[in-house]
Amino acid sequence: MAVVVTSTLVKPRALAGAPLRATQDPRCVRRLLIGIALGFLAFFLLLPLAAVFGEALRRGLGAYFAAVGDADALASVKLTLIAALISVPANVVFGVAAAWCIAKYSFRGKSLLITLIDLPFAVSPVISGLIYVLVFGAQGWLGPWLIEHNVKIIFAVPGIVLATTFVTFPFVARELIPLMQAQGSEEEYAAITLGANGWQTFWRVTLPNIKWGLLYGVILCNARAMGEFGAVSVVSGHIRGETNTMPLHVEILYNEYNFVGAFAVASLLALLALVTLVLKSIVEWRHARSHAA
Amino acid sequence: MSLLRKQHSVLPGFGLSLGFTLAYLGLIVLVPLSAAFLKTAGMSWGDFIAAVASPRVMAAYRLSFFASLAAASVNAFFGLIVAWVLVRYAFPGKRILDALVDLPFALPTAVAGIALTAIYAKNGWLGQWLEPQGVKIAFTEIGVFVALTFIGLPFVVRTLQPVLEELQPELEEAAASLGANRWQTIARVLLPELFPALLTGFALSFARALGEYGSVVFISGNMPMRTEIVPLLIITKLEQYDYRGATAIAVVMLTASFGLLLLINLIQKWSRRHHRV
Repeated sequence: MAVVVTSTLVKPRALAGAPLRATQDPRCVRRLLIGIALGFLAFFLLLPLAAVFGEALRRGLGAYFAAVGDADALASVKLTLIAALISVPANVVFGVAAAWCIAKYSFRGKSLLITLIDLPFAVSPVISGLIYVLVFGAQGWLGPWLIEHNVKIIFAVPGIVLATTFVTFPFVARELIPLMQAQGSEEEYAAITLGANGWQTFWRVTLPNIKWGLLYGVILCNARAMGEFGAVSVVSGHIRGETNTMPLHVEILYNEYNFVGAFAVASLLALLALVTLVLKSIVEWRHARSHAA
Repeated sequence: MSLLRKQHSVLPGFGLSLGFTLAYLGLIVLVPLSAAFLKTAGMSWGDFIAAVASPRVMAAYRLSFFASLAAASVNAFFGLIVAWVLVRYAFPGKRILDALVDLPFALPTAVAGIALTAIYAKNGWLGQWLEPQGVKIAFTEIGVFVALTFIGLPFVVRTLQPVLEELQPELEEAAASLGANRWQTIARVLLPELFPALLTGFALSFARALGEYGSVVFISGNMPMRTEIVPLLIITKLEQYDYRGATAIAVVMLTASFGLLLLINLIQKWSRRHHRV
């Protein structure tokens, strides 16, 4: 806090008494605003984060590792990984296809299509689960047919994967669409003119150009896929060791007053969130650098 | 098709990529969403009103609306300060703080919910000091507001940051050279420039808060008529196998969310036009 300088101009100390530039605020205003911002973020972000780890380790490391190594906890980790491993690649393929047709061609209804792709972000997580119950549940459109053919979707793994896919649907597409629109198509034209076919053009020209944006979308998509609670809660049926993802397992343990267990599993999810933030910052930094070059 | 793609006919893959996009969008998003509306269309008007306007549901609308409004307002105020500080000032730890702003996006909502409850419950980190003073946060409306503030925090900061970064310093210098003091420059020059982004961030934060479930259910206590939010009511109806009632409330919420989405798009269109002039 000793050296407070603005981003536009580094002032030597001797000049501290010189008149302020028009874009600068007086030192006391700067200190006050930085103080308010730090206080607000510490109160609303750091404190909850500290609470997760503090509560998880309340009974010591032994209890923590026992809770993390519990069979039902490990089953929930496995299910969370399965749901993410199916829904994230599916949304990557969709995101690339959507960005390709939206950025490379002009057609009628394009802005409507972009709005529709964003739609899942406007839907409450609970409703995201509910709509799949209405389609695949026992009372739903396909319910009788599914029961007849002994296919379980709701209260089973396929329902969890579908709900996860829905809530993470826009992530990759909305990163790639503006990026590919900004990049234009000149390099692809050049590749085609030089005799490359469509797939060669995509793999050798487009993909290297969009790799940071794609990775960014994947990181955000994965974080949401592994952490989703409301939508998955509606379709899961909460069967321990079978249809419980990690966030649902946290809820069950918490409601059973097994706080160390709940916060231990929660701390794994919090670690995932921190790793996500680090990776995201690295990608942002690399992307900015590759643009500056 | 050949008419539509005449400008860019050199690149292959239009039919394949558009076809896949539309099929996937239809199967994952549009068909399931339409199920909610079609299910409700089968209800009589009286049943629908009974389901979506009973006193318990009205109390939940009120709580969800006002708690979201309060949370979005607090986020707009502090978000403006945080964005300003992150863009304009240099201080140690700034990059870490900048990255941390996205924590509510990255942290699963259930984790946020139990963490906030551990802080504000009667024997919690802060609760044990606050409750003797008569300040109850967990299991009250204030708890709902705290959770909604947490999950809406990044929206205002992240919509304001790029706009602040692109502001021309000449604008402020011109105002100052024409005799405006710093407050006048902020009120008459900076805030009008930032207003569309601030409004967008506010609306995004509000929309997210309306639908939020995971972070709220742990801290709210879920008392009917008092601390029950609308998404929780949908879950309650589902657990009672009242699919029609749950879907009817869901349709009301979907209509509100889509209205907000439309409003946000209009604000952005308006601000783009405003900037071009």
